[in-house]
Amino acid sequence: MGARRRRGPLPGFGLSLGFTLSYLGALVLLPFAALVLRAASLTPARFWELVSAPRAVAAFQLSFGAALAAAAVNLLFGLLVAWVLERYRFPGRRLVDGLVDLPFALPTAVAGIALTALYDERGWIGAALAPLGIQVAYTRLGVAVALVFIGLPFVVRTVQPVLRDLEPALEEAAASLGAARWQTVRRVVLPELLPAAGTGVVLALARGLGEYGSVIFIAGNLPGLTEIAPLLIMIRLEEYDIAGATAIAATFLAASLLLLFAVNLLSWRQGRKAAVG
Amino acid sequence: MQENRSAVVLSGLLSGLLSVGLLAVALPAAAPAQPARLLNVSYDPTRELYQEVNAAFARDWKARTGQSVEIQQSHGGAGKQARSVIDGLEADVVTLALAYDIDAIAAAGLLAKEWQSRLPDNSCPYTSTIVFLVRKGNPKGIRDWDDLARPGISVITPNPKTSGGARWNVLAAWGYAVRKHGSEEKARELLRGIFRNVPILDTGARGSTITFVERGIGDVLLAWENEALLAVGELGPDKFDIVLPSVSILAEPPVAVVDRVVDRRKTRPVAEAYLRFLYGPEGQEIVARHHYRPRSAEVRERHAAAFPALELFTIDEQFGGWARAQARFFADGGEFDRATARR
Amino acid sequence: MSRELSPPAPPRWRNPRAEPAAVRWVLVALALAFLAFFLLLPLGVVFARGLEKGLAAYRAAVSEPYALAAVRLTLQVAALVVPANLLFGLAAAWAVTRFEFRGKNLLVTLIDAPFSVSPVIAGLLFVLLFGAQGLFGPWLMERGVRILFSLPGIALVTAFVTMPLVARQLIPLMQAQGSDEEQAALTLGATPWQMFLRVSLPKVRWGLLYGVVLCNARAMGEFGAVSVVSGHIRGKTNTLPLHVEILYNEYQFQAAFAVATLLALLGLTTLAAQALLDWQARRRGGAGPGRA
Repeated sequence: MGARRRRGPLPGFGLSLGFTLSYLGALVLLPFAALVLRAASLTPARFWELVSAPRAVAAFQLSFGAALAAAAVNLLFGLLVAWVLERYRFPGRRLVDGLVDLPFALPTAVAGIALTALYDERGWIGAALAPLGIQVAYTRLGVAVALVFIGLPFVVRTVQPVLRDLEPALEEAAASLGAARWQTVRRVVLPELLPAAGTGVVLALARGLGEYGSVIFIAGNLPGLTEIAPLLIMIRLEEYDIAGATAIAATFLAASLLLLFAVNLLSWRQGRKAAVG
Repeated sequence: MQENRSAVVLSGLLSGLLSVGLLAVALPAAAPAQPARLLNVSYDPTRELYQEVNAAFARDWKARTGQSVEIQQSHGGAGKQARSVIDGLEADVVTLALAYDIDAIAAAGLLAKEWQSRLPDNSCPYTSTIVFLVRKGNPKGIRDWDDLARPGISVITPNPKTSGGARWNVLAAWGYAVRKHGSEEKARELLRGIFRNVPILDTGARGSTITFVERGIGDVLLAWENEALLAVGELGPDKFDIVLPSVSILAEPPVAVVDRVVDRRKTRPVAEAYLRFLYGPEGQEIVARHHYRPRSAEVRERHAAAFPALELFTIDEQFGGWARAQARFFADGGEFDRATARR
Repeated sequence: MSRELSPPAPPRWRNPRAEPAAVRWVLVALALAFLAFFLLLPLGVVFARGLEKGLAAYRAAVSEPYALAAVRLTLQVAALVVPANLLFGLAAAWAVTRFEFRGKNLLVTLIDAPFSVSPVIAGLLFVLLFGAQGLFGPWLMERGVRILFSLPGIALVTAFVTMPLVARQLIPLMQAQGSDEEQAALTLGATPWQMFLRVSLPKVRWGLLYGVVLCNARAMGEFGAVSVVSGHIRGKTNTLPLHVEILYNEYQFQAAFAVATLLALLGLTTLAAQALLDWQARRRGGAGPGRA
């Protein structure tokens, strides 16, 4: 660290930072370095060829598209659920509140077989949708459904605290100025919630992009159609094509990290805004 | 600053301790365990087969040498399994879906390049073929390969990029078309037609069987003969029929001892005996009971009713061996990719 | 925009922060329907299918030797991973919230990085490191050290995937709490370790526990990353989630769902523990632990 002066009055700077950095170094930086090293051993032309192959592009599109669609659904319903849980009292509210975190706690493989069992043609939901001509399991819709499940808690949990701490005076003032209730909600409450909801959306997006366990069971895994990027990486590995796997993984990882960096920037800005305002 | 320096040392020690802990778990036990232990890395549909083979071989080995042997199993798509062995999964023997996957392991230097000539019959103690599994009564009237390309037929097959069985499927269809219609253009057309009818590509043969049998998707499943017979036997003869096409491919799933591993683990004798056991009378009998076509003429005769004769061609005569078939059909941009190109 | 002409405010006989009852009920119904579809039904179907052949079949499926071996391995993995990530979480949170240094934002991003790495990529990373063709694989294997396809490899990828969970809980909590009490303790003559054990640790214990509970649940349930480095040896390197997949692939659907109920119960226990911790924290005053 080369710390020439003490960083503050508290002890343990060297110990905690030293341990953090060694752990991060061994567990995160070293593997990342291996990936970069492997990817760098490809010529740029070859790398581009691997990454821009139609099948890879289709997989990227599906992964990003389904994750975006799922995040949109989760934005809408996440706001709704957070609102209902924070503002209304109804029997079983506490229980429902606790259950929202289920997708964090349920192993993804279990989620995968459960969703598949529900949505295939013989499942409880699939059987009801089949007469309407809607097929969920083994289609792109199925991928999105799995990602909605996986990303469900994020928006709810980022919005809830903001909603709880919202000054009642704001809404009361708007109401006393004669704004209709829905106007108050739209013009006064919603703007306050949006930054937090945005953070939730990006988190859900990041999680959804990389999701594997729950998706492979419910997606048809058809190349170019229902094959997500993580599965393509897995398949490349199984074809002994480590170069292909590495190239796709590196590209995908870079995109995901950019996203994450954006969230941190966003929440940092938000924090600063809160501190200033 | 003094405090900082010692803190850095301490933190280094801490993380060092953690990694030593991991290494301690990773280090092999000092003394080799008394009973021999083998790891057989195999492909998807052989689970039931090797469960029985392992028990029978353990009995046989114990009777002959007095040593007990424990055989561990790992199953999955053939590509995934071979990849794991290449990456360091310590398989004493591999029993995979096709020679190409073992060639890949040999290319990584884990066993001799000429492994296939070390055991009789191309190192394939049993064979199989590709058949059609259809819904009871064959409501869509599927009789031969051409029917699979008809509009309105839904065909289930695993992904040839990851599943050995699926590669046999593709080659069987191609070989049929070339033989029947006499042109590669026709074969290409047939392949395109079939894959237009495929709604789902599972990564392994088992996944496809489950899709067809349990989820009720598709009109016909392209399956290993043994897998089809097993599905009918396990899940109800009243639900499915097996249709034999006029021509199919002779599928030869090979077995091999992984030299590098058995030499390090000193398990060569028992590993070799294990594979030889598959060729013996008891092994062949078990093989036949699990719906694989045995090599032994005697055993084959006993089970003649279970394995109706049909015209079979081999990969060597039709495609000039696996290496060429792999490059031509399943490499990126190969015939399979062309057949499934974005519709 | 806000200058619209409006009639005089209606009589204040109802709460200005409430919607009409009808709207309220529609919203509640919508939210509950959504949650029922996406949370309750998947959970229900696991138990329904697991128990469809009766209790005896259920018991047989979860007490069969391979299932027990999977349980044992899963517990071992958690026992290695959770303490390591707990230490890391404490150290990282302390460093990030108590000191200012250059590159802190980068460090925080790095701590979060495993969250946005696909589990499959996580597995691939360790194959590139420790595989027989990887960076260190050949060297280690010559010396008889096996990482992949055995417990250490499974533990490593699991540690990677669950790394941020404890730290993520602690950082906002410790940030919010500030360091006044620690400084007071030091002024009163406490040694650094006394300060840490008697002041800092108790202050964050609920958040810490919650992080541990979550980390444990995820460590036991990891699928994608473990699947890449496990080798799927039955009775040896199959964790519970992989065992579910194997049973599923053997047409033993009821058994697969039966074993899956174990994991679902783990999830439910996690939720219950979380609710309890939340309640405890609130009862002792102060905000509850932030959630993931």
